[in-house]
Amino acid sequence: MTYTVFWIFGVIAMGSALLCITRKNPIASALWLVVTLFALAALFVLLDAQFIAVLQVLVYAGAIMVLFLFVIMLLNLGRPGPSDIKGPLGLGVAVVLGAALLFLLQPLTQTTLPSAITLPPGSVQALQQQQGIVGSVANPLFGAYLIPFEIASVLLLAAIVGAVVLAKRKL
Amino acid sequence: MTGTAVDLIWLAPALALLGFVLNGTLALARPTSKTLVSVIGAGVLLAAFAVSVVVCSAFAGVHAEEPVVLRYWSWIPVGTLQVDFAFQVDQLSLVMLLVVTGVGSLIHLFSIGYMREDPGYARYFAYLNLFVFFMLVLVLGASFPVMFVGWEGVGLCSYLLIGFWFTEAANANAGRKAFIMNRIGDFGFMVAMFMIFWSTGSLDFGTVFTHAPNALAAGGRTVTVITLFLFLGCAGKSAQIPLYTWLPDAMAGPTPVSALIHAATMVTAGVYLVARCNLLFAMAPVSSAVVAGVGALTALFAATIALKQWDIKKVLAYSTISQLGYMFLGVGTGAISAGIFHLVTHAFFKALLFLGSGSVIFVLHRAYHHTHSHEDAQDMRNMGGLARYMPWTTAVMWIATLAIGGVPPLSGFFSKDEILTATHARGQVDPVWLVFWGLALAAALLTAFYMTRLMLYTFHGPNRTGEQEQQHLHEAPWIMTGPLLLLGVLSAAGGVINIPELYHGNAWLHHWLEPITQASTPLLPAVPLSTSTEWLLVGIAVAVAIAGIVGAWQLLKPQALVPARSAPEERGFARLLRNKWYVDEIYDALIVRPLVWLSREVLWKQVDSRAIDGAAVNGAARGAKALGWANRWLQTGQVGVYVAAFVVGVLLILWRAMS
Amino acid sequence: MLLGPALAISAVLFTLGVLGVLMRRNVIVIFMCVELMLNAVNLTFVALAQNLGMGGQVFVFFVMAVAAAEAAVGLAIILAVYRHKQSVSLQNMNLLKDG
Repeated sequence: MTYTVFWIFGVIAMGSALLCITRKNPIASALWLVVTLFALAALFVLLDAQFIAVLQVLVYAGAIMVLFLFVIMLLNLGRPGPSDIKGPLGLGVAVVLGAALLFLLQPLTQTTLPSAITLPPGSVQALQQQQGIVGSVANPLFGAYLIPFEIASVLLLAAIVGAVVLAKRKL
Repeated sequence: MTGTAVDLIWLAPALALLGFVLNGTLALARPTSKTLVSVIGAGVLLAAFAVSVVVCSAFAGVHAEEPVVLRYWSWIPVGTLQVDFAFQVDQLSLVMLLVVTGVGSLIHLFSIGYMREDPGYARYFAYLNLFVFFMLVLVLGASFPVMFVGWEGVGLCSYLLIGFWFTEAANANAGRKAFIMNRIGDFGFMVAMFMIFWSTGSLDFGTVFTHAPNALAAGGRTVTVITLFLFLGCAGKSAQIPLYTWLPDAMAGPTPVSALIHAATMVTAGVYLVARCNLLFAMAPVSSAVVAGVGALTALFAATIALKQWDIKKVLAYSTISQLGYMFLGVGTGAISAGIFHLVTHAFFKALLFLGSGSVIFVLHRAYHHTHSHEDAQDMRNMGGLARYMPWTTAVMWIATLAIGGVPPLSGFFSKDEILTATHARGQVDPVWLVFWGLALAAALLTAFYMTRLMLYTFHGPNRTGEQEQQHLHEAPWIMTGPLLLLGVLSAAGGVINIPELYHGNAWLHHWLEPITQASTPLLPAVPLSTSTEWLLVGIAVAVAIAGIVGAWQLLKPQALVPARSAPEERGFARLLRNKWYVDEIYDALIVRPLVWLSREVLWKQVDSRAIDGAAVNGAARGAKALGWANRWLQTGQVGVYVAAFVVGVLLILWRAMS
Repeated sequence: MLLGPALAISAVLFTLGVLGVLMRRNVIVIFMCVELMLNAVNLTFVALAQNLGMGGQVFVFFVMAVAAAEAAVGLAIILAVYRHKQSVSLQNMNLLKDG
């Protein structure tokens, strides 16, 4: 049952991604990307990463894509551009390279993880029942990965300052 | 080091080299300082001669059976090959040393007078000193490579001196021809050296000749090939068939050069080589027969050409080729001392003949200069009756003529006769040598004939030089005539060094050279001739000589000659002889023209222009340009292209990481 | 059980992202395709977190934070470029040419 649902959302994700990259209208591309993000959030839930799924919707679809849409509107790119997709040569190169990439990645999807590091099945769920859904992410975050966490906040600060400076008309 | 005066031997070549350096510097810095150049040029030679005499007497006093080898430094130590720069003092090298320095000194003195008016005076003496240096290295070398250094060096100096007046194209061409023909011979020498090292493991004379009987099979293929290649080198250096055509052309150089290099010393280097390697030649009877045969044939062939030459120096040039043939006949038969004996006596009388003709040319040139005439001062048809004006020169020239003709008791008689006797003796065992004896005898007849012809046309009969010039004809200056007189004495009395036992002589040179030949003597057929046979052979030789002289006197009519300017063309057989049997023309058609065609059409136009220049050099440039043009497409400035390249790179990394 | 399909979907999404980057001329759309690639990687991490531990989910957290920062700064740059070139077409971003 889970398997079927998983695949339904998977197909939605892949289909909307394909539509995203082939639309001439940038706003259409952005909205299809939002659909993809939602589908991915559903996949996260099915993979026992509920907290991450919520974050995906809140941060990615809710903040980042909104920012994209703001900029598209600001630059008045709502209408489809005259030559927004590359000509046949560019398309040909892209398809060839894409096919090569897929061909190379395909074996990776069949890998079996070494048993020495694999956790017993259901251990994530057990952990979540023990510490709570949020707690299972928060404990490592503020524990083992505290320093990267603090650095990430500094990074965000730098990004804020950078964005403000770069977007000003006059410094 | 022996601790005796023999150690001073290095002084002889060193003095000559010093003379070259000093005179060369003077030639560049102060070309007009003739006195200083004369003193240095002739002085170093006389000093070298003195050193040679001292060393020789010291060596004789020691009564050495083994050669004295003085090593100076290690020259080529490579793997199993060890060649030192070393000099070998033994009986053979001392004989050559005395001839080179002694006759060389006289020729230097003569040159002081002959070249007095020449602007290249200092350069001349520099080159002459350099030549003596290399010649001494050649005869004193203790191994094949050191000898080869001298061999090449004398070739170089010969080129420089033949083309001394290089502003005339003909002179430069003659120098080039000599050098190139020599190179063909040098190739033979080098191949022989390689094979000697390969079979005996060394290139020192002492080691090679000690190992040769063990390393090489007597009469076998290897030793025959080695000796034949050595003889190729000799044929080039000593002007034997087929590499002799450079020597007559070499007469383009100054006459003292012809005397020193192309008569007395350089051309005898081939004879010296065969004498030095007498053991190898004794082990290869086929090669010995080739040497003797080529020598005899060359002797006769050159003599026929000399019969009809009008240039006095050309007659002497062909005479030299012919006499060299005699020397090779001698050493090829195994009579080493006979060949060397003839080498020594030939040095005396041939140098005398050349210097004497030099005096004649000098005087005639002066006479023509006074009357502003442009006649050829070397053509015998412009001479005649000079005995009246140059009595001393005439007298010594007659001594030399009789010597070369083989009239007793002059030196040439003894040396030539010994060769003929040895050839006939070997002919008893090996009949082909009788053929050689016949050829040599015929050559002797012709020698006497053409030399008498030379004397008749130059010094006797009416004078054809011209009325006005006759007033300016006189004896040459004493600086020139003096050495002539000394050489005359040597030509006359030089035979004393090796009077055979037949005349109750002590055969001094033969015994002196015994340590050199003792290894090869057992390998040669020993044919004792009865005394009566010997006297018969002597009689035949003398009769032939007298016949030649008398025949020339009777048959030739100097009165019938006309000055060169108005002389008629030759006809028939005479024309063939006059044009040297057209050998030069044959060489030109068969060898020179095809080579030039090959060089021009194939090697230059195809290989050099198209393959090397076009494909390799220009092609490399074009390739670099193409590569650059191809790389241009990577730097378009278009971000899209950069991204695509980026993705390609990632794919490559993925691919490598996964395989 | 869900690992295989998750990885497959992730690979396809990543490839679609690369295709988008190579195919499009609009800089903003290219940026969006980069975000698509990042999300594909997030899916991989979460899928593996089930078998290998919570580190995978924590990493997704950080990826999202960095993606946010990157989006802000990147769009600011696009704005600045638009002010000069009056265009967001990739073929006009050629200041590296003929230097």
